[in-house]
Amino acid sequence: MSMLQTVLALLRRELTLAMRRRGDVLTVLFFFVIVASLFPLGVGPDAKLLRLMGGGVVWVAALLAAMLSLGRLFANDYADGTLEQLVLSPAPPVVWITGKILAHWLVSGVPLILMAPVLGVQYGLSSEALGVLVFSLLLGTPVLSLIGAVGAALTLGLRGGGVLVSLLVLPLYIPVLIFGAGAVDGAMAGLGAEAHLSLLGSILILAFLLTPWAVSAALRISIE
Amino acid sequence: MMNSLNLYKYASPATFYDLAGRMIPWFYAAAALLGVAGLYIGFFLAPTDFQQSEAYRIIFIHVPASWMSMFIYVVMAIWAAIGLAFNTRLSFMMASALAPTGAMLTFVALWTGALWGRPTWGAWWVWDARLTSELILFFLYVGFMALQAAIDDPRRADRAGALIALVGVVNVPIIYFSVRWWNTLHQGASVSVSKAPSMASIMLAGMLVMAIAVWMYAIAAALSRVRSIILERERNSQWVAQLLEGKA
Repeated sequence: MSMLQTVLALLRRELTLAMRRRGDVLTVLFFFVIVASLFPLGVGPDAKLLRLMGGGVVWVAALLAAMLSLGRLFANDYADGTLEQLVLSPAPPVVWITGKILAHWLVSGVPLILMAPVLGVQYGLSSEALGVLVFSLLLGTPVLSLIGAVGAALTLGLRGGGVLVSLLVLPLYIPVLIFGAGAVDGAMAGLGAEAHLSLLGSILILAFLLTPWAVSAALRISIE
Repeated sequence: MMNSLNLYKYASPATFYDLAGRMIPWFYAAAALLGVAGLYIGFFLAPTDFQQSEAYRIIFIHVPASWMSMFIYVVMAIWAAIGLAFNTRLSFMMASALAPTGAMLTFVALWTGALWGRPTWGAWWVWDARLTSELILFFLYVGFMALQAAIDDPRRADRAGALIALVGVVNVPIIYFSVRWWNTLHQGASVSVSKAPSMASIMLAGMLVMAIAVWMYAIAAALSRVRSIILERERNSQWVAQLLEGKA
């Protein structure tokens, strides 16, 4: 099988599995919505304050939701032995790992991007800032899946894996949060978002090039 | 040839245990002597700063601690890389022995920074770029230690810890610059640590002596810790049994 075929076959499998277990996808999505709705209840309904916070709050909620969905990335396949078969398969690990991460992003990242404008409207973001928010999430959420995959692979099958993965992964998410939320802030303040979005894009490229190798090494460590 | 053979000899935990045991007193002694000298320079010889009065004297602990906290993370990552590349158990043990000392120094740096910030800036904590990245460094240390603590199989714990240390060290510059830009965009240049007035040479001397003292202490502490790790890992081996019999 060519590399592309491997990725496509894996994508089809992952998406079929996700369609069969729609609850998992929806849980993460509602978690995202609930976290974003808690902030106004915590800080008060002042429209001006909320407009200032909006971009950052949606981004923090996206970070937490992405982290919460990491458990699904390898754990089920590890439990039923699929992961071992994948490791044994002749396909290069980096290729199928990229496919799995891509599928994870499609299932858990894309719904967040689609929901984000609704939350942005609740916070009173301008229409331009809403566009920037969606675009920054489009560039940033794949990075969350890529970096998160390293943490998920390292904590495979450990007790307390869920809490542990947050400790490992959240500090590494910080640059994405800064540039993502910074892009929205820049758009709101009329400063423009290009600089932040360019940096976010370069982080995406870097993560796309490096993390599959780290994930492959981490899986070898965890499975052997 | 002889030289390289000698070095390889000390990659074995049994021989290194002995070597570390002989080195530890020297490093502790150096740390104590330099620490006393550095504190004496810092608290008695260095003049009072005309802007910050006596409060500035905390830098004699704060700056060495924060230098070493960053340096130790890099050293830890280097040991981790050596361990992954050459599959040497001792390198992994060194990496895990360094982590608690690094985390402790990071904490000291944050704590003394807060104590200094209160009289100087009027706030215990500001979201300055250096403070924030030091805090994130603390999180990275904690993550490394938590991951190793959660894994029972020492071989897997070693390798998983090494990998996260390497991922962390690649990310440190990205995190540092992102935090710096975030900071300049958000709050302007209200507080600037980087534009400190040039320092009297006696202050600099005190700080450097203290930095070497902290360095010596870190080596001694890491070596004592690695000795405990070696004993724990090798408890079923013959040489440990002989060692313990000899003591009993």
